[in-house]
Amino acid sequence: MVVDGFMSGRHDVPLAQELAQPSVNWHALAPELVLAGAACLVLVADLFVPRGAKWVAMPLSAAGIIGTLAAVVSLSGVETTTLGGTFEIDTFALLFKGLFCVIGLIILAISFHYFRAGHPYQGEYYFLMLSSLLGGVVMSSARDLVSLFIAIELISIPAIIMTALRKGDARSNEAALKFFLFSVMSSAVMLYGMSLVYGATGATKLDAIRSSIGRSGDDPIIVLSVFFVVVGFAFKISAVPFHFWAPDTYEGAPSPVAAFLSTASKIGGFVGLLVLMFQAFPDVADNWRPAFAVLAALTMTVGNLIALRQQHIIRLLAYSGIAQSGYVLVAFALIDPSSPQTNRQAFASALIYLAIYAIMDLGAFAAAVAFARRGGTYFISDYSGLWQRSPALAVMLAAFLISLAGAPPMAGAWAKLFVFLAAINAEVYWLAVVMGLNAVIAAFYYLAVVKRMFFEAPEIREPVEVPYLMRAAMGLAALVLFAAFIYPPLISDLADRSIF
Amino acid sequence: MSWVEDWAVTVATFLPLVGAIVLLFLPSAREGLVKLVGSLFAGGTLLAALAVVVAFDYGHSDRIQLGVNERWIPQIGANYHVGVDGLSLPLLVLSALVCFLCTIYLWWHVPAPGKAKALFALVLLLETGMNGSFIALDLVLFFIFFELVLVPMYFMIGIWGGPRREYAAVKFFLYTLFGSIFLLLGFLALWLQSGSQTFDMLALRDSGGSELFQNVVFLGLFIGFAVKVPMWPFHTWLPDAHTEAPTVGSVLLAAILLKLGTYGFIRIALPILPDAAVTFAPLIGILAVISIIYGSLCCFAQTDLKRLIAFSSVGHMGFVMLGISTLTDRGINGAIFGMVAHGLITGMLFFLAGSMHERYHTREISALGGVLQQIPKFGSVFAYAAIASLGLPGLAGFWGEMLALLGSYQPGAGLSEELFRVLMVGGGIGTVLTAGYLLWTIQRVNLGRVPEKFAAGTGISDVHGLEWVAWAPLLVLIVVGGFYPNLVLGVTSDAVRDLVGLFG
Repeated sequence: MVVDGFMSGRHDVPLAQELAQPSVNWHALAPELVLAGAACLVLVADLFVPRGAKWVAMPLSAAGIIGTLAAVVSLSGVETTTLGGTFEIDTFALLFKGLFCVIGLIILAISFHYFRAGHPYQGEYYFLMLSSLLGGVVMSSARDLVSLFIAIELISIPAIIMTALRKGDARSNEAALKFFLFSVMSSAVMLYGMSLVYGATGATKLDAIRSSIGRSGDDPIIVLSVFFVVVGFAFKISAVPFHFWAPDTYEGAPSPVAAFLSTASKIGGFVGLLVLMFQAFPDVADNWRPAFAVLAALTMTVGNLIALRQQHIIRLLAYSGIAQSGYVLVAFALIDPSSPQTNRQAFASALIYLAIYAIMDLGAFAAAVAFARRGGTYFISDYSGLWQRSPALAVMLAAFLISLAGAPPMAGAWAKLFVFLAAINAEVYWLAVVMGLNAVIAAFYYLAVVKRMFFEAPEIREPVEVPYLMRAAMGLAALVLFAAFIYPPLISDLADRSIF
Repeated sequence: MSWVEDWAVTVATFLPLVGAIVLLFLPSAREGLVKLVGSLFAGGTLLAALAVVVAFDYGHSDRIQLGVNERWIPQIGANYHVGVDGLSLPLLVLSALVCFLCTIYLWWHVPAPGKAKALFALVLLLETGMNGSFIALDLVLFFIFFELVLVPMYFMIGIWGGPRREYAAVKFFLYTLFGSIFLLLGFLALWLQSGSQTFDMLALRDSGGSELFQNVVFLGLFIGFAVKVPMWPFHTWLPDAHTEAPTVGSVLLAAILLKLGTYGFIRIALPILPDAAVTFAPLIGILAVISIIYGSLCCFAQTDLKRLIAFSSVGHMGFVMLGISTLTDRGINGAIFGMVAHGLITGMLFFLAGSMHERYHTREISALGGVLQQIPKFGSVFAYAAIASLGLPGLAGFWGEMLALLGSYQPGAGLSEELFRVLMVGGGIGTVLTAGYLLWTIQRVNLGRVPEKFAAGTGISDVHGLEWVAWAPLLVLIVVGGFYPNLVLGVTSDAVRDLVGLFG
């Protein structure tokens, strides 16, 4: 850890003084500060803007996110910690901060027309979205139990309110209530686990926890606490069997919010889990690795099997998103403290998967929202013959679905391949076989949608009108996926440099 | 010439992809322009392939030539390593030629529901996948190209196909995807085993490993490639895909796509795992002969012309696999020759079946008759192609079968002579059956009386100009290959000798 040099000079400072006057590296906090400022600005501006012009919250938010992205770029190459070592800037943190910003921008593009079309809570929505995104940005840097917990709650709580934004709709309310109950419960379990960790190790900083565990060995209390923490996160990332809230919540929530939940919120959970497992608990990996293997296999298999039967595109994406999480979970099942090379491979595969997944999943959501915007629905049966109505939209959606299925010529193929490779490298062959079979199952339902769009005759002929903003978002997403397919180091190099 | 040496192979692979992207930006209403641009890109690719032919040093056809080896994905040790040698050159040229001819054929007729732009783009995308598979010398690169062909073919069958197209398209996709999973597992196991963690086919050559490891990995590769060939019992996707696909789809599927499987055996499975290849050879030989006999018998039972040709492919590819399974000079040379010949002949037959459907609006053999009498040129071409397919000496179909049978008379070291002699007899019976069903087909289609409903002859015209352009190269090459087999064998034999040296 780079902390050593920084902290060593401060060991003599009394704790009370350090808490009262924490040393703050403001540049390191710049992305968070810009984003938080933008969120506040949006909230305040919304109060003073006339009813017809509430949409300005969206360009304001976009400017805020672009500012955040600029701050992230300005930090590139920097490796430092601040806030007493609980907040770290490294390539890993910057990669995910950048990814959250990109996700935020795409979500804004999806949201703009959806919320502008007679929706009353635009300002609130953008404020909440930025807040939740801020949680993700903080999460990327959090290296301490307390800040991890705060970050994950900062992601979840605005997301719950966003889910309930369609107040008049009972389904939206139901979705939010479910989400709320599961979220609170999982937070409680997680917090309980974290408090046990603190009790056993006396530390909240992850590196301190690791060195303390290294001394004490496989203390049962540690194993138990890891179990609780993992269960808490499993709810957040909707891993089977803790996934029940997700499809209902996605379906009931406003669709852009569903897109947000299935990408930003889920990736936030994964970032926290990655940091915890690879930085705090790798030395007791023998105890929790098998649990992750089972979790991964269950998550992809059950997610895929249920997705096979879905008639509603958002539910399909929800279940397929659950299955996709399974592939990321595989990385956790491969951790081997004695082999840094295996660890690197596993870790990099998770990063690559998350980055590619975010882009292709958002693309698919964008296409679904675009389709449903004017009189369309979310039912897959209505996609019949879309190719003859709106060729561009159909090709885009097909490209994203093919990418999700993991077939060339889209980057999704690499996402799967890297996880595969990591599993083989760690010699966990049965998981590789499970992944392979799941890829075939998944191809079936993704192709079912493609089949409807391309091979069937349309019932209505009018083209689907897609706003320029969404076209741009989908086009860029598809371009990135195609470019990364041709030259995968675009993403794998970034991931490679982000390994800690 | 150094520019050609560095770039020709790459251009021959990626020019079609560029073409597909360019097509996307053309207005779909201007069909003529779309067709012209599509054919220009396919033609340019053919020229690039011919440049490879010119630049190739035939004195050293066992070496990789015109190679490029650049870093690609350093994290996993995958490189952009491409090049051609005697094993791949004939197939690369075949692929570029057939793709170009397909685009020419499409000038005449784009099948319902039209959309020439999309169809041309898919043909070009498919060509990138196929050409790329033949030049790739890195397992990851090969796998990506190998998988890349799935998507365009899926759309081609699903959009322009026959009545059961959806079923056929999905079956094709899932079946081959299932096979490729095993292929991928095998590749990754090789990578892990290699020690240096390389995907380079040349570095992995004769890579060793325990007997169990070799056999398990070979089994994985076997499943992956056997599905693609396809060998009995993995063949069930093929009749559906072939029958439902539009004409150019069937042509490309038969002429090139199936070769990816057999080429995979020759390029990857045999040289990397030679010991396991010796272990598996009897099994492959037995399955090959079952494919030959089963395929031929099925042909007797078919009523649909296209389906008949599809099943005949199962039989012909069986000969190719039989040749490979002998692990001999003769057998493998014969296999590569058989691949090229099958590409020319069966590609031609599918063109004919498609054109016949356009004329008579049926492919039911029982509904046809008297073709030779009504449209004599067309009937003659059909008879010519069918006779070439049955392996008449003097035409290209002969050498592949002959060499495969000759090879199995005296199989490679370590293989049971008795078994392969039995297989040879089985293959011999297969040639007789093949002759039987093809002659019977010629009789039913070409001869006899013109059925009453076609007697008026409205819209039934003889071979027209564009068809001649698209078919002439194939027709000429079939007879050239028959009289001068060295055209292919001269290129392959050194490389094959090099390969066979690994066994025993």
